[in-house]
Amino acid sequence: MGIDLPLVWAIIIAFGVLMYVVMDGFDLGIGLLFPFIPDRTERDTMINTIAPVWDGNETWLALGGAGLMAAFPVVYSVVLSAFYIPLLLMLGGLIFRGVAFEFRFKADEAHRPFWDKAFAAGSVLATLCQGWVLGGLINGLRVTGPSYDGGAFDWVSPFSLFTGVALLAAYALLGATWLMLKTEGALHDRMRALAKPLTLALLACIAIVSIWTPLLHQAIADRWFTMPNMAILAVVPLLVIAIAFVLLRSVGNAQGNHAVPFLMSLGLMLLGYVGLGISLWPNIIPPALSLRDAAAPPESMGFALVGALFVIPFILIYTAWAYYVFRGKVRHGEGYH
Amino acid sequence: MFGLSALELARIQFGFTVSFHIIFPAITIGLASYMAFLEALWLWKKDPVYLQLCRYWSQIFAVNFAMGVVSGLVMAYEFGTNWSYFSAKAGTVTGPLLTYEVLTAFFLEAGFLGVALFGWDKVGKGLHLFATVMVALGTLISATWILVSNSWMQTPVGYRVVDGRVIPVDWLQIVFNPSVPYRFTHMVLAAFLATALFVGATAAWHLLRGERTPAVKRMMSMAMWMILIVAPIQIEAGDQHGLNTLEHQPAKIAAIEGHWDNDEGQVPLILFGLPDMTAEKTRYQIAVPHAGSLILTHSWNGKIPALKDFPAEDRPNSTIVFWTFRVMVGLGVAMLLLGVAAAFARWRGRLYDFRPLLTFALVMGPAGLIAILAGWFTTEIGRQPWVVYGVLRTRDAVSNHSVPVLTASLLTFVVLYVCIFGTGVLYMLRLAAKPPEALSGHDHDLRPDERPARPMSAAPNLGDL
Ligand code: HDD
Ligand code: HEM
Ligand code: HEM
Repeated sequence: MGIDLPLVWAIIIAFGVLMYVVMDGFDLGIGLLFPFIPDRTERDTMINTIAPVWDGNETWLALGGAGLMAAFPVVYSVVLSAFYIPLLLMLGGLIFRGVAFEFRFKADEAHRPFWDKAFAAGSVLATLCQGWVLGGLINGLRVTGPSYDGGAFDWVSPFSLFTGVALLAAYALLGATWLMLKTEGALHDRMRALAKPLTLALLACIAIVSIWTPLLHQAIADRWFTMPNMAILAVVPLLVIAIAFVLLRSVGNAQGNHAVPFLMSLGLMLLGYVGLGISLWPNIIPPALSLRDAAAPPESMGFALVGALFVIPFILIYTAWAYYVFRGKVRHGEGYH
Repeated sequence: MFGLSALELARIQFGFTVSFHIIFPAITIGLASYMAFLEALWLWKKDPVYLQLCRYWSQIFAVNFAMGVVSGLVMAYEFGTNWSYFSAKAGTVTGPLLTYEVLTAFFLEAGFLGVALFGWDKVGKGLHLFATVMVALGTLISATWILVSNSWMQTPVGYRVVDGRVIPVDWLQIVFNPSVPYRFTHMVLAAFLATALFVGATAAWHLLRGERTPAVKRMMSMAMWMILIVAPIQIEAGDQHGLNTLEHQPAKIAAIEGHWDNDEGQVPLILFGLPDMTAEKTRYQIAVPHAGSLILTHSWNGKIPALKDFPAEDRPNSTIVFWTFRVMVGLGVAMLLLGVAAAFARWRGRLYDFRPLLTFALVMGPAGLIAILAGWFTTEIGRQPWVVYGVLRTRDAVSNHSVPVLTASLLTFVVLYVCIFGTGVLYMLRLAAKPPEALSGHDHDLRPDERPARPMSAAPNLGDL
């Protein structure tokens, strides 16, 4: 076959992970914002903005896991065993949150506060864990042959703990700007008020990560700060600054288009993701395992690709359709429960 | 914990999580087909009772489905977290198969589930039936992939090993590996039986409480027909499955039979006994001479390989599989009995009021699920010490986690699963405890914008029960 299977699969998986991060990002963000909104009907409205889509959002995670095992089994096995603890905690958080999501509507009044807390706690836990995994991955993993060779807590470092916090800020901002888009009235205003400090917090996090990472890793510093890379890659930080500027202005401007803050937050996430890709490429597990070293044999990648290319377009169309059908503001008490 | 090794803890963890998982898909598979059948009957016979039943069960289906998805998500990650060497070495084959499973489930969820659960008044009757049939078909296709993956691990073909790593060579051979037809038939029939027993027990519960409405009676009648027809087929399928296993995994059959040596010149059928792995014999046995030869080789003095023909480290644990197998077969025979007893009661016109029969049907409610678990325990533990039979040993497949880490994660799973799936199962049982009349016509979950939502919102609120 003439196609570069590892590259195609890397693109599919990177795309799947990106879909997951932005889509589950904003609905995890809703959970993160729960503690700030004590009012019950407002919480219902918040939940109703994501009710029709969150189930689909999370399925990208299952696809990411299975796709990784099919295309890069070594990565799957190294990453999943290296991050055993945070990944299991993350799954626990997601299960708890998913079930709380369903049961808070079904439960009687007495149990509702419990499921609300479970929803918020599950969201915080899942987000923190994802951030820790990200930080741990940037830090690099000890790998011998096809297997992980480090300890159960190697992922713990000041840097990874910080990326956990940074992801909290990122998801909370996505959630807040999503709610600005989807709600109106008091809830909308509350989100607008929250969005500004959240934006500033996220920008601070981005700045810190951008300085900290090259300090920790010579290879990453070389990638960004040697000519001619530096001239080309400077586009990324410049774009970040431009988007941050637009984001802050739109958050401050109540008359503006309500979609702008959300789109700009998505832009920031995307740039962060691209920046990460630039730092790591062509490694899939830093410091030493490259995309090609980790690839499954072409027989496996080709077989799985047939199914993926058949089904993924349907999923995209369906997803786009679902978001289209649910466009517009969700009004107070307009849920379907 | 309790002096268990990391390997044993990892195995217990996998067995625990997958045992929870399989319960939900089994009911998903059975109920989806049952709903499609009911809806088709309704369109054909125009009898509203079929519609009422279809909508009643679709609410329980919705809750069950949600739990199948959540518990399945954990499984997809566990291959990497707990069995990283397995994934690195054999993920080349099982990974793509798992991808196909998730893609199928994804596809079904995206396309048809919403219409089947919420689209009653939104699309035409024919289109709605089509959606329900597609959901049923989707669960079967999804099950096919995961069973292909498991069957390949039992009877691997179509691969070669390069540098300790499995390379798929012929996907057709892999997908149609020797145990696939048997395992697929046996598992799908098991899902149908388990569902029929659950439906039958629900009907019996209402009948016992004097709720003799047309819908309840129809439920009872259909479930009992199903059991009468499927139980004998399942027994035959299981027998064929065993013969296939004898060909490919003789050590497993020897362990199931508690058969240590061929000194007697024939294979007895040991009905009861306690296989002792260290003493290398089966204690306290009650055996029928020659019966084993007859069943397994169809000849009076036929012999099968015995446990002592295999090196001690290659023997599966006979003590466990001997008993899990007998639990499964015993329950299979009990199911057959239930089917026959119900047919007899039907003939005497007592199907809906003969209390001993109804009580029997009620206690048999969980029997299908227990038999499924017992069957999987037999299959999986009987495959030991291999994870990919003859290719990769379980101890070479496990990740390098320490005992404290695995202990903590196992305990977390136990607490989490018992709370969460316990709540879910209780909720399902409370739904089933309401008669069909009380639950149907539940349309308040349709959204104002007339769009389907998540599966579980097809079920009523707990407060309404
Ligand atoms: C014989 C049937 C069967 C068996 C043995 C298994 N499953 Fe399963 N699984 C299903 C039948 C099924 C199903 C009926 O097809 C489900 C239930 C709901 C659904 O959408 O598909 C499902 C759901 C399901 C999902 C959720 C898919 C989604 O996101 O919608 C995952 C990730 C898995 N399974 C993974 C596994 C793994 C890793 C297994 C083995 C260890 C496994 N399943 C055993
Ligand atoms: C869904 C029903 C299933 C049940 C109830 C089940 C049960 C079990 C049990 C009890 C064990 C532990 C065995 C032991 O301790 O000796 C086990 C192990 C295992 N099973 Fe399954 N299993 C199921 C399906 C599957 C499927 C579909 C696959 C593969 C796709 C699979 C792959 C494995 C693997 C990799 C292990 C770990 C290694 C081992 O101990 O054999 N199982 N299973
Ligand atoms: C009564 C006669 C039955 C016989 C002779 C029989 C035989 C078998 C055998 C030999 C196996 C092991 C196959 C292998 O690992 O290679 C097996 C597995 C299994 N059995 Fe049965 N069985 C019977 C009834 C049942 C019933 C009533 C159920 C459930 C309702 C059931 C569910 C299962 C399941 C889920 C498995 C594991 C999956 C598989 O390998 O197919 N069996 N059975």
